[in-house]
Amino acid sequence: MIVGGIDVGGKNVHVVIMKDGEMLAKGDSPTGIQKAEAAERLYDEVLEQASLKRADVERVVATGSASKRAAFAQGMIADAAADARGVIRLIPSARTIIDVGAEEGRAIKASPEGKVLDFAINEKCAAGTGTFVEAMARALEISVEDMARISLESTRSIPMNAQCAVFGESEVVSLIHAKTEKRDIARAVHDAIAGRIASVARIVGLEKDVVLIGGMARNVGFVESLRKEIGMDVVVPDDPDFVGALGAAAAATAGVLEEEVEAKVVEKEKYEEGKAS
Amino acid sequence: MAEEAKKEEYWRWPEGSWVNPDGDWKKGKTITAGVDVGSVSSQAVVAVDGELYAFSNTRTGSDSPDSAWKCMNMALEGSDLTVDNIDYCIGTGYGRVNVPMAQRTITEIACHARGANFMYGPEVRTVMDMGGQDCKAINCDERGKVLNFMMNDKCAAGTGRGMEVFADLIRVPVWEIGPRSFKIEAEPEMISSTCVVFAKTEVVGLLEEGVPENDIMAAYCAAMAHRIMELLNRLGVQEKFVITGGIAKNEGVVKRLEEQLGIKTAEKIWHKPEYRSYPFDTQIAGGLGAALFAEAMLSRGKVKSVRKA
Repeated sequence: MIVGGIDVGGKNVHVVIMKDGEMLAKGDSPTGIQKAEAAERLYDEVLEQASLKRADVERVVATGSASKRAAFAQGMIADAAADARGVIRLIPSARTIIDVGAEEGRAIKASPEGKVLDFAINEKCAAGTGTFVEAMARALEISVEDMARISLESTRSIPMNAQCAVFGESEVVSLIHAKTEKRDIARAVHDAIAGRIASVARIVGLEKDVVLIGGMARNVGFVESLRKEIGMDVVVPDDPDFVGALGAAAAATAGVLEEEVEAKVVEKEKYEEGKAS
Repeated sequence: MAEEAKKEEYWRWPEGSWVNPDGDWKKGKTITAGVDVGSVSSQAVVAVDGELYAFSNTRTGSDSPDSAWKCMNMALEGSDLTVDNIDYCIGTGYGRVNVPMAQRTITEIACHARGANFMYGPEVRTVMDMGGQDCKAINCDERGKVLNFMMNDKCAAGTGRGMEVFADLIRVPVWEIGPRSFKIEAEPEMISSTCVVFAKTEVVGLLEEGVPENDIMAAYCAAMAHRIMELLNRLGVQEKFVITGGIAKNEGVVKRLEEQLGIKTAEKIWHKPEYRSYPFDTQIAGGLGAALFAEAMLSRGKVKSVRKA
């Protein structure tokens, strides 16, 4: 049986085509503004790669924040459900899944069968997401990849005061003015986001194996910061950003066309109260 | 990056200063100053015997002492008064510990309440100070003394910086956003993202969809008003209600906040009738409060004059 999984995210689309549980083809592309068109185009490209037509595919399941835009999909499952199914396929010992994408960070407690047991998410604030790192890389005038690399060379831990991506940019600029080494700033940025995402993960509880997926899992500097922050090993599967699409394809294989999960939404307390002194 | 650096800076609001044309500082007994070095803007206010003599409103640079000097020098432009003639100076704001000409510091919360009391009158009970990188809702008594406050300095949503980021994104000078936000056919739905970074993505999406720019400005102003309202509701807002800081100048936010709260803000005019010809700048409240605290301390003999000339 040939099935497809598509993950239409805020920044990228990922497609996976599977036959009898084996991966046939995969591909990714930027989502852009025309999300539906991007999804269609990529799906057809990946099918072509596998020398297949749409008619050859038994079922397609979509996931991701813009999963509704994949009109050709028969099923739709929640991001967290896709994450859990995808990760368990790759790493059966996974119990805590941390997914840090461009615009959200979430933590999932998964059962050995790939079911979501508990789930917490930050989607309200850019400070715990990949967007934060991108913004800081821009302020540092280096690529995200270089920033990840030099962060590992840092020998000095400096705290970032800003808990907001907008204020963080000003802080990074001040640190540059103060002649702070770029590698130390890079580490401070990764430490800051690791701190934010760890606080989300602690809501569901950290149990090994801890698996990190999503675009940020490719960032070696962040992975290291997260290891230090939680004091546990962090396993990163190959192709960590394809896990959602893989999970959707796994659901398609299992004939699951709908799976909703309830999230504990995390919004940091942003107000400070004071009395006259 | 180079492309970004070259583009026009739509957030760049104009600086300004004023010296009282009828004022004669040489006749005064006490000359005090307040310097409010904020994260985005800095103000210097000079008072003679507790009456407004001069002020400036400038952008803060990367260095707090330089920013303090810049705004002080600008305030004294066109006057023969020099820093050496000042009896006592108080620093306030985010950069208050780095004000070289100040003898002491007072928090901007106390200064804004005191300044708002002087500007708008003793009936003021709630002051919403809209800063560059924070916002504070303050309840105060008839003397401008702080009773309690609620503050956000963790998140750019609902701060002046948030509006500047938006101005740069939509490529409209920041002072035009308020007026243009009313040139719409019907009030649009507000921007749904709280986070400024996510709001930017949302705005880009609306622009791509062809939503008129003025409608997007209205949607952004409404979202900012909503954010401020949440803070005010937590504290409890009482009339007379006033707004200080830069966002107070944005009618697009102020009018929508008034509607959401169901409470009007006080008219932006000087409480003292003899001040009515003076310019009214909502951003000087902190610096003014600091200058008035300095005057009160001096006249009560709590501190000594450091006047050099």
